[in-house]
Amino acid sequence: MFAYIVRRVLIMIPTLILISIVSFTALQLPPGDYLTSYAAQLRTMGEQVDEEALNSLRERYGMGQPIYVQYWKWVSGIITRGDWGQSMEWQKPVKELIWERLGLTVALAVFSLLISWGIAIPMGVYSATHQYSIPDYLMSAFSFLGVGVPAFLWALIIMYFAQTKLGINVGGLFSEKYINAPWTWDKFVDMLKHLWIPGLIVAIENTAGELRTTRANLLDELNKPYVELARAKGLSERKLLWKYPVRVAMNPFFSTVGWSLANRISSITLMSIVLSLQTTGPMQLRALMSQDMYLAGSFLLLLSALTVVGTLISDILLAWVDPRIRLEA
Amino acid sequence: MAELVEAERVVEGQGIEEEQELATSGEKIYVAPPWKLMWWRFRKHKMALISTWVLILLYLVAIFCEFVAPYDPDQAMIQFKQVPPTKIHIRDSEGQWHWPFVYQHIRSVDPETLRISYVEDTSIRHPIRLFVPGFAYKLVGLWPTNIHLFGLPPEAAEQQGVFLLGTDRLGRDMFARICYGARLSLSMGLASVFLSLIFGVVLGGISGYYGGRADVIIQRVIEFIRTIPTIPLYMTLSAAMPRDWPIERIYFGLTMILALVGWTWMARVVRGRFLAMREEDFVLAARLSGSSEIRIILRHMLPSFLSYIIAALTLNIPNMILWETGLSFIGLGLRPPAISWGVLLQEAMNLRSLVLAPWVLAPGVAVVVSVLAFNFMGDGLRDAADPYAH
Repeated sequence: MFAYIVRRVLIMIPTLILISIVSFTALQLPPGDYLTSYAAQLRTMGEQVDEEALNSLRERYGMGQPIYVQYWKWVSGIITRGDWGQSMEWQKPVKELIWERLGLTVALAVFSLLISWGIAIPMGVYSATHQYSIPDYLMSAFSFLGVGVPAFLWALIIMYFAQTKLGINVGGLFSEKYINAPWTWDKFVDMLKHLWIPGLIVAIENTAGELRTTRANLLDELNKPYVELARAKGLSERKLLWKYPVRVAMNPFFSTVGWSLANRISSITLMSIVLSLQTTGPMQLRALMSQDMYLAGSFLLLLSALTVVGTLISDILLAWVDPRIRLEA
Repeated sequence: MAELVEAERVVEGQGIEEEQELATSGEKIYVAPPWKLMWWRFRKHKMALISTWVLILLYLVAIFCEFVAPYDPDQAMIQFKQVPPTKIHIRDSEGQWHWPFVYQHIRSVDPETLRISYVEDTSIRHPIRLFVPGFAYKLVGLWPTNIHLFGLPPEAAEQQGVFLLGTDRLGRDMFARICYGARLSLSMGLASVFLSLIFGVVLGGISGYYGGRADVIIQRVIEFIRTIPTIPLYMTLSAAMPRDWPIERIYFGLTMILALVGWTWMARVVRGRFLAMREEDFVLAARLSGSSEIRIILRHMLPSFLSYIIAALTLNIPNMILWETGLSFIGLGLRPPAISWGVLLQEAMNLRSLVLAPWVLAPGVAVVVSVLAFNFMGDGLRDAADPYAH
């Protein structure tokens, strides 16, 4: 088991390197850079531009050097000093800006994953065991709502009803007095109160697929001879269902946690922009718009790394649960 | 005898309502070509059938949007700002039946809140006419005309409009804008799916047909691409497109970006079919009788999995539409003056606009309808894709 984990971690490294290269190159694609457009903006406002200061800034960020040199500066800074570069727009080190937002994105992703499982597993099992019943049809209808209506549209709809019918603003993750406050227990509780609406929105969009997977897998599993045998041997229906077929049907579920997280991060990004939540989405959008490249690049890198780590965790869990994988690998 | 059993089994798969009709002509099924079997199976899926009609309608609207739209989508009619969807009546206030008409609306401004409201004046009726003259355009870009599907006659159009889905903050007709938006949104779904099909078939085909090292590399690439969360990646890439690009170029760039991830799904399907097909007897037979590789692929393998590809394509279009909408919505995809559903939804981002004029969400309904229709049709196609399975 230990050897398996070590090997999986080692496989991760080239992936992470590739991700960092892709993140960095993607950000070099747009013509021009932050300082040039910043200087142009100052000029249009009729202000004096200090060429000297601009040049020293250029030097500091390694602009004008070949791209691989810039890349190396960035990556080695991250690895050796935990320095993610400087955000030009915020005039702050990137590392001071990203962690809290990344943490909230992760919290939201995991929270919505738990909601989805809480809905998809029992509902999927019920659907499969009561095929073609009215609740089965209702659940299909529900899952189509999830397929057809993207999270950002749910966000808009909920925002509208909250504003007109309840008179509350659902935007944001904190009450006003906590926005800039340091983390305390009260702030945490306050966040949980705000978290459930966005969590539910993301869950609606992503549960549908999982519900259908559970149902289809379980239906396949229930037709297998071992189920028949167990029934013939007189095992109670409940035990027969939960002990084997459900567990087998769940397998592909856990093996795709990584991709599932990636999908959720996509939904969260768009939804957060609508609801202006303090997650990575709005800040990444703003950084991209103003070509604040280190900030934007760090987000892309970290969000992808998150998926990689999620996949790693799911692989380890799967190997732990299923000896076939552990021994085969 | 074996033929009969076979025929009966297929009959069972056709459902009860058709059983009698078909059982009398069991041979009909046995000799039916595959496409006919597929059609029989597809038409059993009622939602898929309805969805197909919905999609045909939507694409017709997209193609002939100038004709369907009663107003110029860019024309700001200042006298009709934030008008709610116009009610169409067929019965007047005295209970008399008429050809569909709208009432004259009286505009009033609340002196305190400055909120504009429109009240129906039931004394003046404006009947809706078909094929009325309106703004000039070129039908399908060729024939200049000014005839529109419906609207009010020119003499009434000055005082009153027929706004099926209301108007926005600037007094532009939402229905017209959604018709025009359909053109970009729906065509981009198709375009990016076809682009991903090309990549997917080539790379998935190599992966599945040759296997070995090529397969391993392509599979790793697919896994890698899927590891990066799609929206953050798309955001980064579309932010790389210069803001001063003309609409056509942004449209093309966006299509490429969407296909960048889309091909991985197509490649998986193609690879899976190739792997399954490689071992089939008829492929072996073709190879033994000396067919060239390209002939085996094009003549023998392709026809047998074409239906799967079409089903997978259909199921992928909604993703493309949703991504385009999402990106344009947050301002990184198509930008005004281009009109797509995502661009139109930007209006709803403004909370004030959303509360005062909730009909700005109408483009969202168009997105949901088309996404669901593609999903249902794709489900039906997938079920029909292999008419010999049961």
